[in-house]
Amino acid sequence: MAELMYREALNQALAEEMERDANVFLIGEEVGRYNGAFKVSLGLLDRFGSARIIDAPISELGFTGLGVGAAMVGLRPVVEMMTWNFAILAMDQIVNNAAKLRHMSGGQLRCPIVFRGPGGAGGRLSSQHSQALEANYAHFPGLKVIAPATPADAKGMLKAAIRDDNPVCMFEGEKLYALKGEVPEGEHIVPLGKADVKREGKDVSIITWSRMYYFAKEAAEKLEQEGISAEILDLRTLRPLDEEAILATVRKTNRVVVVEEGWPLAGVGASVVDIIQSKAFDELDAPVLRVTGLDVNMSYATNLEAATQPDAPKIIAAVKKVLYREGA
Amino acid sequence: MASKYSKDLLLTMYRKMYLIRRFEERSDQAYKQNKIAGFCHLYIGQEAVAVGTNEALRPEDYMLSGYRDHGQPLARGSDAGMVMAELFGRGTGYSKGKGGSMHIFDIEHHFYGGYGIVGGQIPLAAGMAFASRYRNEDRVTVCYFGDAAANQGSFHETFNMAAKWKLPVIYICENNRYGMGTAIGRVSAEPTIYKRAAAYNMRGEAVDGMDCLKMYEAVKDAVAYCRAGKGPVLMEANTYRFRGHSVVDPATYRPKSEVEEERKNDPIPKLKDYTLKQKLATEAEFDAIDEEVRAQVDAAVKFADESPEPSLDELWRDTIVEPGEEDVRPRERVLGMKVKWPSYPSGQELKVTWDLEPREQAEREDKKAGLAR
Repeated sequence: MAELMYREALNQALAEEMERDANVFLIGEEVGRYNGAFKVSLGLLDRFGSARIIDAPISELGFTGLGVGAAMVGLRPVVEMMTWNFAILAMDQIVNNAAKLRHMSGGQLRCPIVFRGPGGAGGRLSSQHSQALEANYAHFPGLKVIAPATPADAKGMLKAAIRDDNPVCMFEGEKLYALKGEVPEGEHIVPLGKADVKREGKDVSIITWSRMYYFAKEAAEKLEQEGISAEILDLRTLRPLDEEAILATVRKTNRVVVVEEGWPLAGVGASVVDIIQSKAFDELDAPVLRVTGLDVNMSYATNLEAATQPDAPKIIAAVKKVLYREGA
Repeated sequence: MASKYSKDLLLTMYRKMYLIRRFEERSDQAYKQNKIAGFCHLYIGQEAVAVGTNEALRPEDYMLSGYRDHGQPLARGSDAGMVMAELFGRGTGYSKGKGGSMHIFDIEHHFYGGYGIVGGQIPLAAGMAFASRYRNEDRVTVCYFGDAAANQGSFHETFNMAAKWKLPVIYICENNRYGMGTAIGRVSAEPTIYKRAAAYNMRGEAVDGMDCLKMYEAVKDAVAYCRAGKGPVLMEANTYRFRGHSVVDPATYRPKSEVEEERKNDPIPKLKDYTLKQKLATEAEFDAIDEEVRAQVDAAVKFADESPEPSLDELWRDTIVEPGEEDVRPRERVLGMKVKWPSYPSGQELKVTWDLEPREQAEREDKKAGLAR
């Protein structure tokens, strides 16, 4: 196994899938000659040519819709969003077309397409460039939504997403791209819809995804020193949710903290809590708590930016609360 | 002078236009009997656009439209009973009653849908044309949209890309002069839509959309242009809807005289008169066609009316494609017919030879922009 950065793992997945299947192409802003705003597509233009690595104008709705149209007639486009903030301009094509084509056509059409790019907070970018928007897309039937935390999952899930016959929204992270991790070489596929226990524990479950996994990990390591054993369930896929894995960890620890970078109202975590309260109420020894981004817009100032987001101390405090060990 | 058009072509066009007219009259009736609900946008008055266009295409060319979408699939050859059943919300409709009036899809006949968000289909058409170019096919895509869609961002964003990459797509703006109740001139700084093509270095032209033969000629020419790799084309078909925006709209925003004037321009008698004058068919032949079409539409209404609603199990189908799941072929599913279905080369067979942005061209443009490389 090689140690790769998250962005290199994505690059490998793209290159392998494009090599394997000539129907796969990549379109987006700066993906070609600039080699990607975050260097995910580094070297791919030289390798695959300008019909398969396409520098698009800054027309998010336009090139997203172009991708959807190509998918309707059998190509397998990967549409890179420079960030998901800009994809809001393309939401009509994702939601009203890609997600509904199979339905509106009564099963005549399929739309095998991947929309991918970084989501979540950047660094010192203020409110328009720092948003965790995955909950918006998780709301829509007809889409799959994924948000891998590690380089290995990034590679395996991008490959699975490209091979999937449905539209898949993939949330990467500006702050994840340079992270390193072990990545299996070659045919490494991580099936969509399967959560992953990233850390075994017995006292409490921390359920999370994407970059928040690393705060959960930091919290779990500190808690361990205090004799608290925390399990971390990385959801990885947000639509469809892996209900079985969620219920299994609840049954094991009986206490849960759900950590989400986005805002609290109508967040994915709210649905996780709903699954738990309706299907595992009797398993709980304490109310489920959520740690989320604060219900405000993201600021530029260092201290405000940091305070807006979840972090390890906030997670630790929530864990102690569900263990009734506040002040300990 | 002898007509340059064959009797077969003229009578086919006439039959299809009258089929659409009759179909829409019966849709209107059925709506008023509460058999059809929701939004139902009739094509009455605009028949020459769909039919003139369709006869200039190959059957395998792609086509898609907005929500005024009953006429185009009927011109393509869709089963009238199954289109009507879709309007009735029955399980025997093209989309099993899930789409309704605004979302007719008939992939067997390469009709890729009616779309309900104004201008939302414009980028899709560029993507379909992109796929044809990518696979080195000489297929052309035709995309209809209304005059109001020309003021959407999708129009600008897509035309810029389609023209820059020379995609084989013909955009036909069905200019019926009103976006719902708002006259196009009231909200447009440039109400002559085809002129906007100039902004994209793209071919643009206006056509008399009330004349089936003029539509046919214009589209024939545009198709040849696109197949030769010179596309895209923006064609403004000046047409008129004789009815309101949808069935429930009395269209009081238009002067009566305007509607009366346009009715004199009805494309159906126009084509009939031409054919009679050319002595290519007799009154009796037209009467026979009329009678056949009326019987066909009666049968379509009867089929729809007698069809069951979709099964409740259908709620859980067609949202996500499960591994190994096949696509639904409507005429096979409903009528038990064996049909030809589109297939695409596998990723291993396909060889992409297109150089979308040749390196020399890119370097030339860099130089022009004063960028050293």
